[in-house]
Amino acid sequence: MSHLLDIQDLHLAFKGLKGVTEVLHGVDLNIAAGERVALVGESGSGKSVTARIVLGLLQETRNARVSGRVAFDGVDITAMPLRDRARLRGTEMSMIFQDPTSSLNPTFTIGNQFAEVMRRRDPGLDQTACNVRAIEMLAEVSIPEPARVLANYPFQLSGGMNQRVMIAMALVNNPKLLLADEPGTALDVSVQAQTLRLMHDLVEKHHTAVLFISHNLGVVREFADRVYVIYRGRIVETGPTDAIFHNPGHAYTRALMDAVPRITGAGLPEVPEVSDDFLAPMVRHEGGAS
Amino acid sequence: MSSVFRILLRRLAISVIVLIGVSMLIFAIARIIPGDPARIALGPNANADQIASLRTEMHLDEPIIAQYGYFVADVMRGNLGQSLYTNRPVTVDIAEFLPATLELVIFAGILMVGLGLPLGILAARHRGRWPDHLVRIGTLLTVSAPSFVWAVILMLLFAFYLPLFPVAGRLDDSYEIARVTGFLTVDTLLAGDFAAFFDALHHLVLPSVALALSGIGQAARLTRANMIETYDKPYIEMAQAFGFYPSRIARRYAFKPSLIPSLTIIGLDFAAMLGNAFLVEAVFAWPGLSRYGVAVILRKDLNAIMGTVLVIALTFLVVNILVDLLIAFLNPRIRHSTRAGS
Amino acid sequence: MTHALRIIAANPLSLTGLILVLAIVLAAILAPWIAPFPTHNTAVVDFIYANSAPNGRNWMGTDLVGRDIFSRILYAYRISLGLGIVVLIIAAPIGTIVGLLAGYLGGWTESMLMRLVDVFLSIPPLVLAIAVLGVLEPTLTNAMIAVTVMWWPWYARLVYSIARSEREEGYVLAAEVIGAGTPHIAFREILPNCLPAIITKMTLDMGFVIIIASSLSFLGLGVQPPTPDLGSMVAEGARYLPDSWWMTVFPGLAILFAVFGFNLLGDGLRDVLGADE
Repeated sequence: MSHLLDIQDLHLAFKGLKGVTEVLHGVDLNIAAGERVALVGESGSGKSVTARIVLGLLQETRNARVSGRVAFDGVDITAMPLRDRARLRGTEMSMIFQDPTSSLNPTFTIGNQFAEVMRRRDPGLDQTACNVRAIEMLAEVSIPEPARVLANYPFQLSGGMNQRVMIAMALVNNPKLLLADEPGTALDVSVQAQTLRLMHDLVEKHHTAVLFISHNLGVVREFADRVYVIYRGRIVETGPTDAIFHNPGHAYTRALMDAVPRITGAGLPEVPEVSDDFLAPMVRHEGGAS
Repeated sequence: MSSVFRILLRRLAISVIVLIGVSMLIFAIARIIPGDPARIALGPNANADQIASLRTEMHLDEPIIAQYGYFVADVMRGNLGQSLYTNRPVTVDIAEFLPATLELVIFAGILMVGLGLPLGILAARHRGRWPDHLVRIGTLLTVSAPSFVWAVILMLLFAFYLPLFPVAGRLDDSYEIARVTGFLTVDTLLAGDFAAFFDALHHLVLPSVALALSGIGQAARLTRANMIETYDKPYIEMAQAFGFYPSRIARRYAFKPSLIPSLTIIGLDFAAMLGNAFLVEAVFAWPGLSRYGVAVILRKDLNAIMGTVLVIALTFLVVNILVDLLIAFLNPRIRHSTRAGS
Repeated sequence: MTHALRIIAANPLSLTGLILVLAIVLAAILAPWIAPFPTHNTAVVDFIYANSAPNGRNWMGTDLVGRDIFSRILYAYRISLGLGIVVLIIAAPIGTIVGLLAGYLGGWTESMLMRLVDVFLSIPPLVLAIAVLGVLEPTLTNAMIAVTVMWWPWYARLVYSIARSEREEGYVLAAEVIGAGTPHIAFREILPNCLPAIITKMTLDMGFVIIIASSLSFLGLGVQPPTPDLGSMVAEGARYLPDSWWMTVFPGLAILFAVFGFNLLGDGLRDVLGADE
């Protein structure tokens, strides 16, 4: 079966004043159409940069050295010219970020920003048509009074609403892949739960594949079909969500699970000591589209 | 838009207070000088009676508060007194010379914004590469010399060695234009004389460039710094994630949020050009407020000094208010603020 | 301190600035010894060599009465630097004290003091200086007074904004709880946090003061002849353009040179000390 997203042997290094720093050491990851996959790790493990490489954002930074193969929908996008790559963004694949309010441009109205995104897919759309579609989309994410929201600026809306606006904007062009970088982390817990449930329903409905980046195991468990655990730029464990949670194979995964406070199940697990076992080879669970 | 209105009112109120403060300051300084203003006004050949009657007329023997009171009353009536230098009412003098200075400052302002902002954007977009380095060093150079130095250099290079531009004045003597507004660019068009219009523009180039150079540098540096800060903001990354082209991001998404913090300082720079206009006018023999101003200062022509300073302070304040309004208009946070005050 | 110097030295631009500034300061201090014609800073005439273009004897040419322009520029640097130092040494403390008190004490004091500052700030700087000099005799001392009067509000505003945000900080509250008096809190607690910004500003301001001072003397309102001053030298020489171009161009370039150096250095300091306005 061919995957929607297929990352093979991805390496990333940054060239700095002191020499070259390797960040990713050969990451393999794939996602099938409509599948929800989580990438879990601590800060600095390399999960965020992986997502950005898929989008093509990192390659434009001067000091980044990327090698490996990333195929999207059968096409090798690492070999694509930058212009074509940019065309994919916002239309076939989109991304939502951690802090919703600061991810939206403060000097444009929601309606304006929506229209801009919609014109990525269809440049000829006029403002009225955009507004109609935007209102539809906002209603889907359960935003009350969508017409009024269109005229608002991001700072006039709450964090939770902005998060939903961002999800709506990311999905309005019906992308095949949604990348979510720690969504809802900036929101408080109940709002976060709501938002995630919403995302769940939406991607189910639109059959969107999701690469979900998180350090929050509880959320991952709710949301993902399959999980990749990443440690210091290497995938150390992968498999269906249930398998991983019931039977964590790799020493690092076990440490992560143990570090999670039992009551809330949320928060950044701080793995207390680093042990050599963490560098053990990858554990693969069967099952799922891997 | 009522918060904008509130801002306008507040600024107007502050401006009035400031104007009063300025006038008091200058008034106080003027009265401290040694020497008898009446005697100076009448010259060395005046006799005691003439001086005494002029002193009474000028209220010089009354308490200083009263003198200030008379002064304010006069100003309200539009009477700024008589200039000793030209023997005309100061208001007439100002009406004659102010437009020339304003025309120069406005053109320089257009240059400052029209060249400074794009240069800053260019430098920010190509940060770390040669356009950025070029802009950084170039702008640092332009802000490092007073406008009269640039005026002299420009004049040497482009009026003498490469005689591309006229050396001095506002208009070639061969043109006779009826004076309507005092702005030659406007008056020539009103008179339908296009040759004169282009000649007026031709004369404007070197002086406005000399005046604007420092401002262009400042505006470029400021825009560059703000845009670099903006580029680090999350919403720019989001725009990139949506696949917008870098040029579009620079023009549309990064520019507006960067502009807002720069505006206050750009406004200040523009207003500061009013002061620097003096220097450029001197080099290019531009018949503006400077020649008048310097002459009256050297002659201790108190009425004229007061009038000139007040008018310039007023213009400065008006510019500041306009800039504040522009900021309020561009910054949605202020427009939709439910709190009073800026 | 050495850390700061190392960072400045690492950046080619600020290193250039440091070198330029040192060169100018040295030139100014050593003027009597290194100037080829040390007497030319007074009303000396030497008509044989009057009005000569740059040559082996007079590197930057001579003025209308035969004085060596290079020597005069060196002496003019003394005046400019001296003026800058005096102005900043007076304006900075005055402004700092006003800003500190307004920022820390708040309330009525804050409103009154900052309104006063606003009045000064709302006049175009040059115009205020010109007006002050217009009513006082144009001399070096009065020029210094005029520029100082115009300058201190900027320091007041800078220190005010820092003090205002600092006054909510923990260390201030702690000092108040102990019962420390206002002078102690203002000067021993808050002031040290303002110093990096003040120092950066003073360096950048040196260049600016030189520009203002030369502008004033260009208009004839500052230093009077025969004392050499860069601004008045440019003004005198401007009358003889384009033929005797060296009379204006070299003093003009001297201004540019000095200010450029201070600006480069100030930019570097700003990166080092991380101070903002």
